[in-house]
Amino acid sequence: MTETLATIDLKTLVAACAATISAHADELTSLDQAIGDGDHGYNMKRGFDALLAEADALAAKPLPDALKAAGTKLVMTVGGASGPLFGTFLMALGKELPPEPDRAAFAAAFARAVDAVAARGKSEAGQKTMLDVLYPARDALVAGRSAAEIAAVADAAAEATVPMKALRGRASFLGDRSIGHMDPGSRSSALLVRTVAETLGV
Amino acid sequence: MNVGIVIVSHSPKVAEGTADMVRQMVGDEVPLAWCGGNPEGGLGTSVGDIMEAIDRAWSDAGVAILVDLGGAETNSEMAVEMIGEPRSKKIVVCNAPIVEGAVMAATEASGGASLREVVATAHELAPA
Repeated sequence: MTETLATIDLKTLVAACAATISAHADELTSLDQAIGDGDHGYNMKRGFDALLAEADALAAKPLPDALKAAGTKLVMTVGGASGPLFGTFLMALGKELPPEPDRAAFAAAFARAVDAVAARGKSEAGQKTMLDVLYPARDALVAGRSAAEIAAVADAAAEATVPMKALRGRASFLGDRSIGHMDPGSRSSALLVRTVAETLGV
Repeated sequence: MNVGIVIVSHSPKVAEGTADMVRQMVGDEVPLAWCGGNPEGGLGTSVGDIMEAIDRAWSDAGVAILVDLGGAETNSEMAVEMIGEPRSKKIVVCNAPIVEGAVMAATEASGGASLREVVATAHELAPA
């Protein structure tokens, strides 16, 4: 990647993410109905629709400020635990990024943002949560893999949550009955990783 | 001034009903506020609503928050962080069953107990 990430069109990125979440809202909710409280798709759609409504204002800000504002927006609009989790990711990313990051700076900030999500959710890898996608995606990004490779890693990681037993979140109440279902937060994370990777072409 | 109590449930009915039970025990001696429901009014919790509830129940002695399920806890912790210092240092999200925790914490608070004592009373109800 030669261009700095600050040159990317944030409005396009927000629109792409919102379109992805909207297109998969029913699927995410179905996954959440199986092992959670059945609101993940609608919650995420509410949050990303709110981002879309403010895409122009977000795009007018410097990248770090735009990410922090987008994270705050998700926190205030999602209405489930995914609000603070995805919101914390964006807020941490905004806090860690320099104004005109190159790929290495983006990868380093991404890694710290994933750690912030782990702290917010008091969770770790292997508990059938979004971290089971974010950690492999981070590793692929840090290792310099292509956008297509990162997206494939994220998809495979979401698929790998199917046989896991949930140890965190509402699904953990189900114990062994959580086995055999994909984690909804892993699915939404993989969808967003793919959308961002393909839009940025990192 | 007594410690304030905030009740945060996914369901506004559960939050309001819990607050009714607290009021029956302690009357107006304890600052009390509740919220429930996502930003559209469905089941869930709203960080903005939680921040407002903390404002309504604010006490310089501190505020103890009682929550029901995971998302209520995560959103409450987020609300405390967004309120920021110095007030955030006087707000604790309790690990306790919401109804029993709220009633016991409020009863303790009504006797003038410190935030630490109020939180400890609620935590005694948590499953080991």
